[in-house]
Amino acid sequence: MSLHDHSVELRPKLVGKRVKRTEDPRLLAGVGQYVDDMAPAGMLHVALRRSDQPHARILNIDVGEAFSVPGVIAIYDATDLENEVRPAIPTSRMPDYYATPIWPLARNKVRYVGEPVVAVVAESRYAAEDALEHITIDYEPLPFAIRQVDAVKDDAPLLHEEAGTNTIIRREFKRGDVDAAFESAAVTVKGRFRMTRKTAVAMENRSYLAEWDARKQALTLYTSSNIPGVIRDVLSGCLDLPGTRLRVVAPDVGGSFGGKGSLYGEEILVCALARKLKRPVKFISDRLEDLSATSQAFDELIEAELAVTEDGMLIGLRADVIGDVGAYSIYPWTAALETVQVVSFLPGPYRMEHYRGRIRGVLTPKPPTGPYRGVGRPSSTFAMERLIEMAAGKLGMDPVAFRRKNLVNADEFPYRTASGIIWDKSAFQECLAGACAHVDYPNLLLERDEARRNGRWVGIGLASYAELTGIGSRISVAPGMPINTGTETSKIEIDATGTITAAFGIASHGQGLETTLAQVIVDELGCKLEDIEVKHGDSALVPMSSGTYASRSAVLGGGAATLAARVVKSKVLRAAAYLMEQSIDDLDMHDGTVTSRNSNRTMTLKEIASAVYSQMGRIPRDQREDLAASETYDPYLGTACSSTHLGMVEVDPETYGVKVLRYVVAEDCGKIINPMIVDGQVQGAVAQGIGAALLEEIVHDEQGQAVAASLADYLVPVATNVPDIGIVHIEADLPNNVGGFRGMGEGGTIGAPATIANAVSDALSHLGVSVETLPVTPDRIFRMLQARRDPAAAVTD
Amino acid sequence: MPEKKITLSVSVNGVAHTATIEPRMLLSDFLRHELGLTGTHVGCEHGVCGACTVLLDGRSARSCLTLAVQAEGVEIETVEGQGSVDQLGRIQEAFRQHHALQCGFCTPGFIMAITDMLRHHPLESDEQIREALSGNICRCTGYEHIVNAVRELARERGPLT
Ligand code: FES
Ligand code: FES
Repeated sequence: MSLHDHSVELRPKLVGKRVKRTEDPRLLAGVGQYVDDMAPAGMLHVALRRSDQPHARILNIDVGEAFSVPGVIAIYDATDLENEVRPAIPTSRMPDYYATPIWPLARNKVRYVGEPVVAVVAESRYAAEDALEHITIDYEPLPFAIRQVDAVKDDAPLLHEEAGTNTIIRREFKRGDVDAAFESAAVTVKGRFRMTRKTAVAMENRSYLAEWDARKQALTLYTSSNIPGVIRDVLSGCLDLPGTRLRVVAPDVGGSFGGKGSLYGEEILVCALARKLKRPVKFISDRLEDLSATSQAFDELIEAELAVTEDGMLIGLRADVIGDVGAYSIYPWTAALETVQVVSFLPGPYRMEHYRGRIRGVLTPKPPTGPYRGVGRPSSTFAMERLIEMAAGKLGMDPVAFRRKNLVNADEFPYRTASGIIWDKSAFQECLAGACAHVDYPNLLLERDEARRNGRWVGIGLASYAELTGIGSRISVAPGMPINTGTETSKIEIDATGTITAAFGIASHGQGLETTLAQVIVDELGCKLEDIEVKHGDSALVPMSSGTYASRSAVLGGGAATLAARVVKSKVLRAAAYLMEQSIDDLDMHDGTVTSRNSNRTMTLKEIASAVYSQMGRIPRDQREDLAASETYDPYLGTACSSTHLGMVEVDPETYGVKVLRYVVAEDCGKIINPMIVDGQVQGAVAQGIGAALLEEIVHDEQGQAVAASLADYLVPVATNVPDIGIVHIEADLPNNVGGFRGMGEGGTIGAPATIANAVSDALSHLGVSVETLPVTPDRIFRMLQARRDPAAAVTD
Repeated sequence: MPEKKITLSVSVNGVAHTATIEPRMLLSDFLRHELGLTGTHVGCEHGVCGACTVLLDGRSARSCLTLAVQAEGVEIETVEGQGSVDQLGRIQEAFRQHHALQCGFCTPGFIMAITDMLRHHPLESDEQIREALSGNICRCTGYEHIVNAVRELARERGPLT
């Protein structure tokens, strides 16, 4: 190692440190700026009349006395906007896909309870809501099938007649001869798994504000979106405005978890209305609207079967999945995002030759499903990991030993799964071992058995999974979707005062990217943390960006930042070499100061910037270059991120309430930029996974009405529902990408539902029941036990 | 339907305000949209999430369930009174130290609820802390870091006398 390299190694790095977040002070002091905190002069408010019918033809809309309410400015339905906007079409290259168009207000028909039909614009939200009460809509109810098992049938009533079917997606993955594998299997297990419908429930509701600049004929949309670049691109078409006159900004955003990661009709609406009325127009969703019209999640019925040899080797998996995609496909993800991932990830991190996984995605009169933390994999992991523990049980093997036998080993990477996903390399076995070591697994088993002897219903469950994060241009995040999800751009500029602006297209909404990306830049460039301003969440910053989702921002944003910082650094050092009369090879920059190995001369970044930009003639004309670079990073392939979760639960034999006693996550997330932030992501994601496993469920009744109208009905975890989470970081092998980062924002939500389902099944194993529907609420446990005691009296779901 | 407006006098973080408002106006809307104190957030507008928590004469209350006119003559405290960007208050500092916030949307409500807790609640065990925090929803953090922050603050405070 050369002297130069050696000194680099010894320097304190910020990557890997628990750096306090730069975004915190404004958020803590109550001066963050979320969309609803903005109030430009002359702002109008929109309130929406939403459908109370699941499927109906709109016969007539009567505004009655609505205009008599003081402050009401205008009332619109779809017909009024026909010439103002074009619909967004979430096209797909997938064969036989039907892309339902997205309009701001329902045209002719409504297709779910909660769909926007009429918009009232008024001087205040109070006035707009008053006016809504005067409006009467006549509907002709149409037949519908609210459950996916009915909607998928050939004679089911059609939601979109033009599609000719409710089944808008079909996909099958297969490898080998799965039926033969089943014939030769010593043991098979099967289940009918249901991951019910969930929704993201970001604490900030969806919020939009559009401002029309009549002078420039330009529009700015402030949105709570986590994909402002995608929204800009699609709205450009919907509104027929060029990108130069359309800017989409995501200011501080109060969480998303995927729920704010798609285009919404209300975003098109406020833009169209601001342009039409030439005044700022704001729409802020309330929680009821959020529960009934923000994209929802999961909702799959998975019939799956696993074939195992006598000595416990997995040989085959068969699955038939029906995904309920709701009433529309969502932009840009299409209805294929969630559904197809279920069958492509179902084989999990295991070695297995024979597979057939089939998915049908069907339209039902419910809000569209879209991305939600984990996408597809919470459902696939739930089904697969239940099968794994069922098979281990049937073979009389310990579930840990059974997994150890079947997880892909280090020497088998890269491993191509039966569905075609490639696991580059990741610490599958080490995560399993790490989780077990953390809880002292053999001892935990003794603890469980002791508790059981005392009559307690205690159980242990595990889940191992792998996911692809930071996906590049080789594979779309959703198959055949209309946008590029494979690149991100970073633009780094040092200005004449020597401070650094780093601009990104990604849009942080709680992940702390202002801090972590600055940490990456400090290490690459050699500047001071406090000299960097990270800008993000604004479509005007970089030519194109698809935003923050799918555990990509640290990988793609961090990679782009690394590349751009390297270029800028080389420019700084070239200028310094000239100014300091040193060879560039002898120079390096650290903490904002350039030093030379051969002299005591130093120059600060501020001095260099001043010489380059402000001091005329300091650097010869032909050598002077701006201290700026814009670089785009495409990791091409994604990188595997793997994890094992282990949990211990106790079921109360009286109330059937489930308490999570212990929980540990061992995960391999590559090089960690900020361990404090990574821990926070894991804890938050596990809490959401526990919510999905025990509490959260969007229910539509037989009339098609959504039952949950408030957060008193749709229960999300509170502090008493979640234990402290043990976290084991395994940085075994760094992925082969710039920076060595893996994505890790979603994993907790992927592993927790399966872990809890396994643990509750273990706790109830003496009663002979198995958890196949989540959430496993006290009511469901009651019904399972009742069905066991008296099959005739059972009401199942 | 809009009703006759009435005049309201309140003190917010020690500053007196007088305004003429509709009697049906919620305190959360009054603080946010009339006074421009947008640190108080609204997450559910039906009393469940706690994002809108403020102190009324020193005790925590949900401003989304309170009419502004009910606060006549009341001493209101909001997150803006706890500290500023360049001089964070003690609870704010503990939140930063422990990474007890991610998106920050629930945070002002937690900070105000914790202000009340520290004055009135024993907070002797994690169980008590979690119980006390369970009236506020955070969707980002999974609560562990918030519990850590409160544990430290409670330890600093010492036992309630
Ligand atoms: S906004 Fe008041 S409790 Fe949720
Ligand atoms: S920090 Fe986002 S909801 Fe609590």
